[in-house]
Amino acid sequence: MTVAAGPPALEPWLRARRAGGSKLLVPYLMGAMTEDWVEALQAVAAAGADAVEVGIPFSDPMMDGPVIQEASVRALDRGATPHQVIDDVAASGVQVPVAVMTYYNIVFRAGHRRMAQSLSAAGIGAAIVPDLPLEELGPWAEAADAASVATVLLVAPSTPAARVERICARARGFVYAVARMGVTGERESLGSETAEVVGRIRAATDAPVCVGVGVSTPSQARAACEIADGVVVGSALVRRLLEGGGPEAAGEFVGRLREALDEG
Amino acid sequence: MGPPGADGRFGEFGGRFVPESLVPACQELERAFSDAWADPEYRAKLDAILRDYGGRPTPVTECFRLSERLGVRVLLKREDLVHAGSHKLNNVVGQALLTQRMGKRRMVAETGAGQHGVAAATAAALLGLECTVYMGELDTERQELNVFRMELLGAQVRPVRSGSRTLKDAVNEALRDWVATVGHTHYCLGSVMGPHPFPYMVRELQRVVGDEARAQCRVLLDGRDPDVVVACVGGGSNAAGTFAGFVETAARLVGVEAAGGAAATNGIPGVLHGMRSLLLQDEAGQILEAESISAGLDYPGIGPEHASLGASGRAAYESATDDEVLAAFQLMAETEGILPALEPAHAIAWVVREAGRSVPEGSSVLVTLSGRGDKDVAQVRDLLATGRPPR
Ligand SMILES: Cc1ncc(COP(=O)(O)O)c(C=O)c1O
Repeated sequence: MTVAAGPPALEPWLRARRAGGSKLLVPYLMGAMTEDWVEALQAVAAAGADAVEVGIPFSDPMMDGPVIQEASVRALDRGATPHQVIDDVAASGVQVPVAVMTYYNIVFRAGHRRMAQSLSAAGIGAAIVPDLPLEELGPWAEAADAASVATVLLVAPSTPAARVERICARARGFVYAVARMGVTGERESLGSETAEVVGRIRAATDAPVCVGVGVSTPSQARAACEIADGVVVGSALVRRLLEGGGPEAAGEFVGRLREALDEG
Repeated sequence: MGPPGADGRFGEFGGRFVPESLVPACQELERAFSDAWADPEYRAKLDAILRDYGGRPTPVTECFRLSERLGVRVLLKREDLVHAGSHKLNNVVGQALLTQRMGKRRMVAETGAGQHGVAAATAAALLGLECTVYMGELDTERQELNVFRMELLGAQVRPVRSGSRTLKDAVNEALRDWVATVGHTHYCLGSVMGPHPFPYMVRELQRVVGDEARAQCRVLLDGRDPDVVVACVGGGSNAAGTFAGFVETAARLVGVEAAGGAAATNGIPGVLHGMRSLLLQDEAGQILEAESISAGLDYPGIGPEHASLGASGRAAYESATDDEVLAAFQLMAETEGILPALEPAHAIAWVVREAGRSVPEGSSVLVTLSGRGDKDVAQVRDLLATGRPPR
């Protein structure tokens, strides 16, 4: 039997990290947003990310605030295609698990099976499709399961408990706890609803739970990890790249997040 | 045209593709509308407002001079005579009453030409609701007066600077607002699009157009139905409301899109703004920008029920060019003394083109005149002055 090269599968890896006492750090950046984005991806991985979320740009990102919208526009203006972002990830040699995050039309247009297989072939073991709720998940989830791509699902502050259970039963990789009602973007504070969302998820599953949407600073990340297993940090990192900070600033920021979580 | 399937599908189109945060709100709306629609008290309140405030029923007008000119009998369903100037009022009054019924105090709306925004602001003022309207920056420039109109009505207008700065981007921004405010805010969507139950709900709220017109046509046509029923299609609400009254008849149903935004003709199945439908998009699935002189038809998709009616062949979808539309606008003004909005001028343009061709001489044609053209007068003046209509 041959052992597949590339990063480990997302959920076992995150569970093992958690069992070892680590808090989980999942930075997000937009694929192809800058010329040197692959170096930024590598820097983020090297600075202590447990997994990296890579955005595939879409023309109409309705879950995203101004920073990630701007990153999408830049990527598309640079001629980014889903195919190219996936190829870039494959060529990056990054050894932590990567999850792509994109909108459903990108997946639908490519075809469920074709998208799942190209992710898998590129060593990308997970996907987040935020405009694909439980009721519409079927065809994608089937194709993703068949290709061993984990579909991460979101639970929102507005999700009632019975629905949380059904979502958690279908979620793979980790469960994404949406910290607040709203779109992505940096915020002054962690949402007041965060603890309750995480609590409802905990009651339904023992899978890793990461908090995202609005987590912007090392101290917010640490606070989120007092209740959850980890955090997703997007806009705060993407903004640094939009401002021209490059791989170095990205790595430095992720390093500070890592330190904050390790001090815990 | 009945209710969609349990999953909000019309054939393969429709559905509910929204972030988890919005799923409970869509479910709540589905229940609330279904309750309200079955509640005689809600229906009576809605009918009374549309009658005493909105001016319903609107007449069907026979166009004698235009008919003579074209050789076909042209009847107009006069939604231009509804208060606030278009069919949009039918929808917003229904949704504003629903907003109250759900215990919410604020509405957000998107708008293209500004007609839906004006209608939403009107209904909000009437019922004492807060109202925020998102409008593409390009459209705020094209429809300056409508922006001021909305502000006079007490609404807050927020120009949208992302993307193509037109209708589709205004929808994105309204959805982003709604995610953050859904506890006290209702998204008053302006057409038969978006996630379930919007396409169904908006069609039901607009079916008054078709139901009235069918009865009125029978009187005018000695008990017969029109041979052809035509309406313009942006998202498709005036067309859906019109078709709902005639889908059971033998009438040929035609929806007319702007040639620069003809999603029914050139679209490919995809998912945008919560629905699966036909969309203008590239090979990777990026949504393309529609381009038309009429801000209200500048949308790269159509409502899912239209995609389904097109697929089954029950309705046909065609398009009219900017030049044809300008000519039809002038023809209607000169022969009938009616300034149509640029949107329904597309439907008229199609009749002008097809009369004596695919619409045989002597046929009867009902056209829904979805709105009045006052909002477009300055733009038409500029277009005519420069000879040709670039945006
Ligand atoms: C007068 C008028 N007709 C038609 C439309 C297009 O909308 P729909 O296709 O939903 O009727 C608009 C949109 O702004 C409008 O103002």
